[in-house]
Amino acid sequence: MSEQYLKAYDEHRFVSSLPWLNSIRASAKQQFSQVGFPTQIEEEWRYTNLAILNKTLFLPAVLDNNFLETECLQQHILPDVWSMVLVDGHFNAALSNLAGLPDNTLVMSMQEALVEHPEKIEAYFSQAVSEQESGLIAFNNSWFMDGVFCYIPANCQLEKPLQIIHVSTQANTMANTRHIIALDVSAQAEIIETFIGVDEHYACVAVSEIFLADNAQLTAYKMQSESDKAFHFGGLYIKQARDSQFIHHNFAFGGRVARTDVHTDLGQAASCDLNGLYIGASRQHIDNHTRIEHNQPHAVSKELYKGLLDERARAVFQGRVLVAEQAQKTDSNMYNRNLLLSDKAEIDTKPQLEIYADDVKCAHGVTVGQLDEKLIAYLQARCIDEATAKNMLTFAFANEMVEKVNNKALYKQILAKVLEKFPQKGIEADWL
Amino acid sequence: MLSIKNLHVSVGDKAILKGINLTINAGEVHAIMGPNGAGKSTLSHVLSGKSGYTITEGSVTYKGQDLLALAPEIRAREGVFLAFQYPLEIPGVSNIYLLKAALNAMRQHQGLPEVDAMDFLTLVKDKIKLLEMDQSFLYRSVNEGFSGGEKKRNEILQAAILEPSLCVLDETDSGLDIDALKIVSAGVNSLRSADRAFLMITHYQRLLDYIKPDIVHVLADGKIVKSGGAELALELEEKGYNWVEEQAA
Repeated sequence: MSEQYLKAYDEHRFVSSLPWLNSIRASAKQQFSQVGFPTQIEEEWRYTNLAILNKTLFLPAVLDNNFLETECLQQHILPDVWSMVLVDGHFNAALSNLAGLPDNTLVMSMQEALVEHPEKIEAYFSQAVSEQESGLIAFNNSWFMDGVFCYIPANCQLEKPLQIIHVSTQANTMANTRHIIALDVSAQAEIIETFIGVDEHYACVAVSEIFLADNAQLTAYKMQSESDKAFHFGGLYIKQARDSQFIHHNFAFGGRVARTDVHTDLGQAASCDLNGLYIGASRQHIDNHTRIEHNQPHAVSKELYKGLLDERARAVFQGRVLVAEQAQKTDSNMYNRNLLLSDKAEIDTKPQLEIYADDVKCAHGVTVGQLDEKLIAYLQARCIDEATAKNMLTFAFANEMVEKVNNKALYKQILAKVLEKFPQKGIEADWL
Repeated sequence: MLSIKNLHVSVGDKAILKGINLTINAGEVHAIMGPNGAGKSTLSHVLSGKSGYTITEGSVTYKGQDLLALAPEIRAREGVFLAFQYPLEIPGVSNIYLLKAALNAMRQHQGLPEVDAMDFLTLVKDKIKLLEMDQSFLYRSVNEGFSGGEKKRNEILQAAILEPSLCVLDETDSGLDIDALKIVSAGVNSLRSADRAFLMITHYQRLLDYIKPDIVHVLADGKIVKSGGAELALELEEKGYNWVEEQAA
């Protein structure tokens, strides 16, 4: 399948005046021509089949300047944020709002950044993830169209979140974007990435490299609500310097085949907190893949991913924690909890710990199961019938992750998605 | 209100209750005391309808109905409330959500319309003051991260909202410090009324200093071996359970 992409994409070369970029693109193309899209032979892709890319040849979406605000887009732009809208992978300035950003912050499209600040992009590009990572990264390196560049200077705290909205509007096309997000020393920011699209077959590939300098703090949300017919790949590759903090909330609701990678490399005494909630129904396939590398001492990583699967949905959780020999005093835990609501639903969960240091605290646990009978009995003792009790507890299972969202407007949006995704008779959202 | 006749209950092959006879009238407060393993908690579980118990003999009549034939939630809606010995944590369900869902389920059963949102908030805010709980408790997940005392207070809060006819308190005092015990007891005492009865199961006489029972029963080896007034509890505290067990034997 990769050959047809190579052939078709050859016509869509993005030639730039930047020699370093042309060389990255050429090398990535070479790499892609050798490895192609990931296959299930690769351990990291063992449970996810990308045949969906073969069924349709997703060509690069052309820039549609006539795209007007739709009600759907309007519903998803949060109040009180700086927003950047990417329509089919192309930045749309008219729909975005970046007014009033603090001085010295750089927030712009990747295309603009390559013209205005090429030296900055060159300094960061491919530093957090290489084309060797997977065929999808090579593909993205070679043919990314646009994206977001965000640089927050030292000691600067963004008082409003930056929301990046990916909206796919054209059937049978691909939006292929690359972001670079860098927080300088002691900078602080909140970034919300939203993925939505029309009810069509399309593909969205979005790769982000994130750099947190010493003591920087980033809270990032991903709200993936693609069409149930779409292919989605979102890769987040983070380099965390000492004392930096990264908090991630990953909500995966949409996509026919959806995969998210979150890989972070922790510096000394850095911390990461990875939260995930995936809800699948019909024949959805949702894959979440995390990798936490403890390469320095005293770093802390906490991870909790929860999944709710109905009908014939299938999900994959692969979580890897690597603790290098010198990473003493590492404190790490990783949990994956799943609730299967149908006999046909399936989860493949694989936590992996590789520990080479001897003075560490590491815990992990996986559960796949049904609702707790004791809780059902407790609710029955409080007048609630068994069916309603089960509904409440199923909802509560997901809601535990939604409640962690501190941004009120986003919380409401995600809660609405959960209820839409999983209609629960008798759940009164207003009272939650 | 409640009439238990010759009740025999087993778990698997093991007989736990071996012929309980107990009558509780409206307005009365009964205390059941007894050594560990006497069957005190089993009695409370059987009344609330917990699964896993086999009734081998006897009957329980509540307000003229066969209580044992009712599903657990129907018993609750009919006014039988069990305050759990170990209240459960429900992450993701807020306290106020549970209270409202429970009250509405009960009202629906009674043929009443759903509670008005404003009336409900007023009611709840009134009751949490009684139990000296902060309003923030309402919006936290049920019992999650609550201290032992807070969990027990939360149970009594639920009772205060649901206004049951028969309140079964399963070791509600266990593990409470004196301040928490005073608050919980004040909550229970405020619920006492001529048309409501209480069955308190406890290990410790101390509870009875704060909630004065009308009748004290001693449960030993699955049977009520002695009943008496509040003074019986003091006697038990002084002499221990061996004394009644020997007397019964």
